[in-house]
Amino acid sequence: MKQFIAFVKKEFHHIFRDRRTMFILLGMPVVQIIIFGFALTNEVKNSRVAILDPSKDAATTSLIAQIEASRYFEVDQYIHSTNEIETIFRKGKIKLAIIFPSHFREDLQHFNKAQVQLIADASDPNVANTLTSYASAIIMDYQNRITNDRKLPYTINTEMRMLYNPELKGAYNFVPGVMAMVLLLVCTMMTAITIVKEKEMGTMEIMLVSPMKPLKVVLAKAVPYLLLSSVNIASILLLSVFVLEVPINGSLTLLVAESLLFTLVSLALGLLISTKVDSQQTALFISLVGLLLPTVMLSGFMFPIENMPLPLQVVSNAVPAKWYYTIVRSVMIKGTGFQAVWKETLILAGMLFFFLGLAIKNFKIRLA
Amino acid sequence: MSAVIINNIIKRYGSKKAVITALQGISFDVKQGELFGIIGPDGAGKTSLFRILTTLLLADEGTATVDGFDVVKDYKSIRQRVGYMPGKFSLYQDLTVKENLDFFATIFNTTVEENYVLIKDIYSQIEPFKDRKAGKLSGGMKQKLALSCALIHRPSVLFLDEPTTGVDAVSRKEFWEMLTRLKEQGITILVSTPYMDEASLCDRVALIQSGKILSINTPQGIVDSFGKKLLAVKSNDMLHLLKDLKQCKEVEDAYPFGEYHHVVLKKDGEELLKSYLEQKGYLFKLKEAKPNIEDCFMALMKTS
Repeated sequence: MKQFIAFVKKEFHHIFRDRRTMFILLGMPVVQIIIFGFALTNEVKNSRVAILDPSKDAATTSLIAQIEASRYFEVDQYIHSTNEIETIFRKGKIKLAIIFPSHFREDLQHFNKAQVQLIADASDPNVANTLTSYASAIIMDYQNRITNDRKLPYTINTEMRMLYNPELKGAYNFVPGVMAMVLLLVCTMMTAITIVKEKEMGTMEIMLVSPMKPLKVVLAKAVPYLLLSSVNIASILLLSVFVLEVPINGSLTLLVAESLLFTLVSLALGLLISTKVDSQQTALFISLVGLLLPTVMLSGFMFPIENMPLPLQVVSNAVPAKWYYTIVRSVMIKGTGFQAVWKETLILAGMLFFFLGLAIKNFKIRLA
Repeated sequence: MSAVIINNIIKRYGSKKAVITALQGISFDVKQGELFGIIGPDGAGKTSLFRILTTLLLADEGTATVDGFDVVKDYKSIRQRVGYMPGKFSLYQDLTVKENLDFFATIFNTTVEENYVLIKDIYSQIEPFKDRKAGKLSGGMKQKLALSCALIHRPSVLFLDEPTTGVDAVSRKEFWEMLTRLKEQGITILVSTPYMDEASLCDRVALIQSGKILSINTPQGIVDSFGKKLLAVKSNDMLHLLKDLKQCKEVEDAYPFGEYHHVVLKKDGEELLKSYLEQKGYLFKLKEAKPNIEDCFMALMKTS
């Protein structure tokens, strides 16, 4: 035991003295959360809108006020003729133009019918789609209000509710994804690299010719990274709750326990890689290409798995992050309990034993 | 009892297509408390042999015991009791001198205080730098630290793989003095080196070349068995002199040796050689030389 503690202490020395690496390990989750939270977002906020309003009556004014009040739009300028539309879109700042006819209110009152034209910059189709539907929603809302006192013969009102994420925030999606990615990076990559580093530096040679059991050496190397990952889990959760305002709806204990399980799976994977490769570069390459890419692509975090061709869907089942991602989404966002995620948990536990068993089986007590 | 017994060890590397035989059936014994040198050029198989003895590699054929334990069956017992210093500097570069020593002491289930007597001589020289990172030490100091770490658990057999490679001449001399003192403590020491001049500091040496043992003897015994006349020749044009020496009928072998060329004669043909060189028009200086280990090595290489 004394040997084990001495080894863990030594490992912490390595980590703390390599300030750059430590900074990356502890800073990466923070930076990723912030980047995904504020920069790389597919939410549409404060899009610039141009308005052509020749009628300038009570109806259009109050409709424009409502559009301006929403956080999606910001009225940038008023134009005075349809000829200007092309020019303002070409400048690129304006994403949406709202064109009212002349006599909007009169049309509405006398013919019970008026038209509004929405022109969107569809060079980014997703944004154009989102903006036109937001704008239509606001106009629908206005219409409902003015028809309230009159009874229409037949109306079907669709009422939508976005469960668990009423504001459709992107953070609900990427926080679980970033957690999976960071844990995988820290545990798998760093564990594999540090063990291989001992091989490369020749210190493994001395460790093997010592009373310390080889397996103990490897396990002692994993402990500091387990602790480091716990710090990362904490910082990600704190950031997402207090900065991004993503709530933890389920049990925090369950969430942490599941995260630890995934951490152990990642550590086992790291050990497995380290038994197979002999240079730090190969370890890095395998971790990045073999693990990070599948995690980003096939865990459902970036692209929905349901839309993938069948072979890829099958492959995605082998990616540990997919199961963890599902668990975190259920527990953290939906607030479900263990009974909803026991299957995924069981799969992760199975993976843990499989990888660990394979790593132990492949572990070399000699050099070659 | 012998501390190390090696019996017909064969080690091959590579796949089926290109097999390199690093050790071609090596056998020898090292006595308890002996300072035994394994002398040979790079690629002779020294490191392979050390790795087999320290249980890091498995031999393809043959058996070996260290301290009475089989290197394959009883590898765990051997790992408890030997000290090993690999050829490449293998301590933690980002730990300080003291941290390295403490760490290795703990790993070997001991403390620095317990065996301080053993390493005092060596460690006291690097103690002033005990808070310096191991990676920032000079080559000689690194070797001393590595030796201290390999000794901290009072091993019964110490394996030193090329401990003086890349170390300056003064540190090399000091290092060998330390080995002599360690021997007095009753530790069996196996040391490998490519430097022929270090052979004379061992009790016995094995000369090794391309995985074969050329000779095992005391350094004096090896020199005595040279048995041929050795001359040292110097002239104004050393390059052509060597060429001409090699073509002379009386000469068995000629090779550069410091500022002279060493010449091994077939039989007593010194006068014939002199007239041969005069005839070629050299201004030369010729004297008799005492063979050393390197001369013996060259001679043995030629015959094997």
